[in-house]
Amino acid sequence: MQISGAQMVIEAMIAEEVTVVFGYPGGAIMNVYDEIYKQDSFKHILTRHEQAAVHAAEGYAQRTGKVGVAMITSGPGFTNGVTGLADAYMDSIPIIVISGQVPMSLIGTDAFQEIDAVGISRSCTKHNYLVTDAADLPRVLKEAFHIARTGRPGPVHIDIPKDVTAQLAEFDYSAPVVLETYKPTTKGNTRQIKKAVEAIAAAKRPLFYLGGGIISAEAAYDVREFAKSCGIPAVETFRARGTMGADNPLLISMLGMHGSYAANMAMSETDLVIALGARFDDRVTGKLSEFAKGADIIHVDIDPASISKLVNADYPIVGDIKKVLEVMMPLAKEKVDPEKYTPWLETIENFEKLHPLSYREDTDNIKPQWVIERVGELLGDDANITTDVGQHQMWTAQFYPFSRPRQWNSSGGLGTMGYGFPAALGVKAADPERVSINITGDGSILMNIQELMTAVEQKLPVINIILNNNYLGMVRQWQTLFYDKRHSETDLSVQPDFVMLSQSFGGAGYRVKTKEEFDAALKDAIEKNVVTIIDVAVERMENVMPMVPSGGSLFNMMLEYKEK
Amino acid sequence: MSGNVRRVVSVIVYNESSTLSRITDLFSARGYNIVSLTVAPIPESKYSRLTIVTSGSSRVIEQIIKQLHKLIPVLKVYEHEDLVEKEMTLIKFPITENISDIDTLCQAYNGKIVNAGPDMVIAMVADEPKRIDHFLEAIKRFHPKEIVRSGAVALER
Ligand SMILES: Cc1ncc(C[n+]2csc(CCOP(=O)(O)OP(=O)(O)O)c2C)c(N)n1
Ligand SMILES: [Mg+2]
Repeated sequence: MQISGAQMVIEAMIAEEVTVVFGYPGGAIMNVYDEIYKQDSFKHILTRHEQAAVHAAEGYAQRTGKVGVAMITSGPGFTNGVTGLADAYMDSIPIIVISGQVPMSLIGTDAFQEIDAVGISRSCTKHNYLVTDAADLPRVLKEAFHIARTGRPGPVHIDIPKDVTAQLAEFDYSAPVVLETYKPTTKGNTRQIKKAVEAIAAAKRPLFYLGGGIISAEAAYDVREFAKSCGIPAVETFRARGTMGADNPLLISMLGMHGSYAANMAMSETDLVIALGARFDDRVTGKLSEFAKGADIIHVDIDPASISKLVNADYPIVGDIKKVLEVMMPLAKEKVDPEKYTPWLETIENFEKLHPLSYREDTDNIKPQWVIERVGELLGDDANITTDVGQHQMWTAQFYPFSRPRQWNSSGGLGTMGYGFPAALGVKAADPERVSINITGDGSILMNIQELMTAVEQKLPVINIILNNNYLGMVRQWQTLFYDKRHSETDLSVQPDFVMLSQSFGGAGYRVKTKEEFDAALKDAIEKNVVTIIDVAVERMENVMPMVPSGGSLFNMMLEYKEK
Repeated sequence: MSGNVRRVVSVIVYNESSTLSRITDLFSARGYNIVSLTVAPIPESKYSRLTIVTSGSSRVIEQIIKQLHKLIPVLKVYEHEDLVEKEMTLIKFPITENISDIDTLCQAYNGKIVNAGPDMVIAMVADEPKRIDHFLEAIKRFHPKEIVRSGAVALER
């Protein structure tokens, strides 16, 4: 039987067991929206901006490990969504964005709301398609899901001209995906794995360097077991938070620009880095020539291009982390004597004692770090956490006691202000039982504030906690440190009334100045179960420490900087 | 780190209208250098073959190859070590130049005069790119009016 291109989109969603789609309609994608209206197999969540639809799909994907889906129209609808594609690309998040396009006959004529969408998305997607014939749609849709979730995951964009969504063709989704040119290596080379295990057994000060790839590979619990059986300590990247679990004695902390002293020192002192699904990002390594100097490097990654891109790997292993660990772990258990690393663990403990991750409550104002610790104490494992971008984000990565993978969700690679709130909506849609908290800044929250409406309409009671410093705090911090305190255009003293703002959409709002007020507000917000803004007045001049200045060596950390 | 080296990379890609732009976009987005690029379909297949002459440090070359591999429609990437490399060039000379001297020179570089008109002749040579450089140097004194180079194609030995 022949069905329309638009119906095919719906059928593909059903076949892929998509339960929720985020989107925003418009002229070029109306045929698809007409079919959305007629079906009840999945839920459509109307965001109030296309960027938010794509971020919500990312949040959904991050929480579930499944492919998130967003649908948007051509022209401005598509360009609004590009930030989301770029964000998903940088953080390897599996999503599919389907955009409408002007009819085929109008392509290339500068038609109303025409933009070269695949031209724009090419450099910020894992793959993209312009579908010129409805007969191709079943294959393209199936390939898109396959490509998004396999190998190193990432966003796939499908651009469909309006006449193609109207065109009738045969729909057969049963044919398996045949992509001669795309066959990601998942099984690691056994010889390399053996050599790596020997290196681990021979090392005196081995260190796990855990990256976001572990979360994508659903390998966090395998990594925990591996680390435990070998007694080897671990540092986590920003995106890997939750891999080891905060109370894991082998977890040092996050490393990198705002990593802990112990994590960065361990990386500087190790003689063997065991990198799993990490990509040696510049925010992690600092000055490359000084990074883990003197250490050999084992690098396990699904993406061959990540291996030896920035730091030469002595033991490169291309493969899916879970599959590689299946082979590596039994070998390591045989060969590695955990007792051997006791002196190394003591060294690390001393680093931790010397400069623990901490802050001083030396003013009358609430310290932003306290808020995060407090949320952790009160909610801990019961909350899923997203953030926006800035100081509040780094403090969350430092101080929240993440206990499980996929609990944490924040824009790492692209650093997209405005990510947190819509992503938290996606998280809440995926995991309604848990509290969805977005820790945000007074700058970032305004970048997708319109999503209050989506949250109210869809009953997605996300709790936004603004660590309000009346500043674009992270930029202000750099201005303080590197621009002689010239705080150019970062003062956000002029602000909306966030309480009334939230209320005006039908949400709840709290203005908080003391710890007691904060506890009461959070408790009340959870009980009320509506979208909330808790606007917390925090110490304005607090800086994120430790800090490795851009391009500096990891072991050269600024540990404290008191302003005023 | 080693200095820049010239490398010839062959890429076998699925025939699609967007494939070429995926490849050139990759080079520009990551700041890789393209010295020359040729592309043509491989007979009786759904694939095309690109020959890209590039340059960079050995780490950059390694990244270029890996990044090319990552593109979905790319089937194979070869970095040639031992290869036969040829390039073709067409040159237009005024008819007033010494045609027989030009012809002799062309023959030394695997070429000949391929076309003549009332006021010009066109010569063709096909040889290794480096020799093409030499040839173009040598013919300067015949005042060439126009020169077109094809870019290199290569086959592993
Ligand atoms: C879309 C976007 N624009 C600009 C930036 C640059 N930037 C990084 S952090 C930051 C300040 C964020 O301020 P706020 O949300 O108040 O967070 P704070 O640092 O104060 O906690 C800015 C402007 C960015 N990351 N994203
Ligand atoms: Mg701020």
